Amino acid sequence: MPVTRGFSRRRPDSGGRLPPGQYDVGGSWPVLTAEATPRIDPQSWTLAVEGLVDEPTTWTWDEVHQLPTSSFRGDIHCVTTWSKFDVAFTGVSVDTLLEVAGPQDDAAFVMAYSTTGYTTNLPLSDVTGGRAWVVWDYGGKPLTAEHGGPVRLLVPHLYFWKSAKWISRLELTAGDRPGFWETNGYHDRGDPWLEQRYQGDA
Amino acid sequence: MSDSFAPVGAGATAWTTGRIITKEMPAPHLVRLRMHVEDRQRHRPGQHYLIRLRAPDDYTAQRSYSVASHDEDPLVEFLVERLPGGEVSEFLADVAEVGDVLEMRGPIGRWFRWDVSTPALCLVGGTGVVPAVSMTRAARHLGRADLLRVVAVGRSPDELPYASELAEAGATIAFTRHTADDRPPGAPTVKELTPLLAGVEVAYVCGSARFAQLAEDLLVASGFSPEAIRVERFGVTG
Repeated sequence: MPVTRGFSRRRPDSGGRLPPGQYDVGGSWPVLTAEATPRIDPQSWTLAVEGLVDEPTTWTWDEVHQLPTSSFRGDIHCVTTWSKFDVAFTGVSVDTLLEVAGPQDDAAFVMAYSTTGYTTNLPLSDVTGGRAWVVWDYGGKPLTAEHGGPVRLLVPHLYFWKSAKWISRLELTAGDRPGFWETNGYHDRGDPWLEQRYQGDA
Repeated sequence: MSDSFAPVGAGATAWTTGRIITKEMPAPHLVRLRMHVEDRQRHRPGQHYLIRLRAPDDYTAQRSYSVASHDEDPLVEFLVERLPGGEVSEFLADVAEVGDVLEMRGPIGRWFRWDVSTPALCLVGGTGVVPAVSMTRAARHLGRADLLRVVAVGRSPDELPYASELAEAGATIAFTRHTADDRPPGAPTVKELTPLLAGVEVAYVCGSARFAQLAEDLLVASGFSPEAIRVERFGVTG
């Protein structure tokens, strides 16, 4: 593609920290949602891990807090082109949940469900190996509703629509099925370093 | 919800180019571009395009912008708010000229998209009016203005783009800091909204994060089901 007349880089080089086509949003954290923001009472919220697992398991708010906690500090990337550096979340590693539930041999994908009905699909390999969390704490404070609180999924190495807000269920499946944004034109995997934004991207 | 033209705006998209045919500044912080898009795909009101700028060192910046025009318009229209420090919006407002060619990709988005057959209400604020403009134009073009109700909210006439076009088409205009036609300044009320929701099956909310939250709360307070609300929020993009 040709150079845009009159356009030049005005922002400093990120030193390889920004995936292609992204920019550093700095201190703000834009809110992007497709649905009305739900108000969820943590005491009535539950998290289920089911599907192709040996022990389908449901945790209450208190029960999930009894599990060993795990924190992430790093960068997040939204498909709308903002990236945010050095965010810190705490919750529980998805590995910990799966250790309890016990994925079966033919489990290869996960569908994440929100209380709102929002869904997003991921390869199982993208939520295992210390790369995905269910989190309730952001920067030392309870995660707010607009950012997915009380509890959201966090898969920071993929575009942030994969990090489903208001998470309530993980279903392990053998085959891949598109979730909400994936049905609505977005990429099935969403790796920001490969710029997998929309259907049609490699 | 029926979608009688399902393929429209539903396919995979690829990068193409578009040429600026007209450029206007309806207000100092607003730029309206009408563009000829190469290999253009059909779109549904509510969808958006990406515009990408490319520097000589191959650095790129891209943002998404809602389409204001309807599908039968020979050009694709955008209304962009110039955000201080916004590397794309400042370029479009300050540097871009008629005749310039930009990289474009669209239409994007199959969720915040109206099929022009389901009875709908738009509750939009500020530059969030843009998808409501596209929906209004599409409804009029297809002779189905009866299917759409629009409530557009802005501080004052100067800060609500397309206000006169929408008002002419029958929209309810609510100025929060300005008296118009005996309507005192203020956000829309449950009393104003409730009658407009009769028969409506889907509500589209578009605006800032703050506006979107107010709009969602107002719809729910007016008895509308949260499951039937579709939201497009924008914050600091630029």
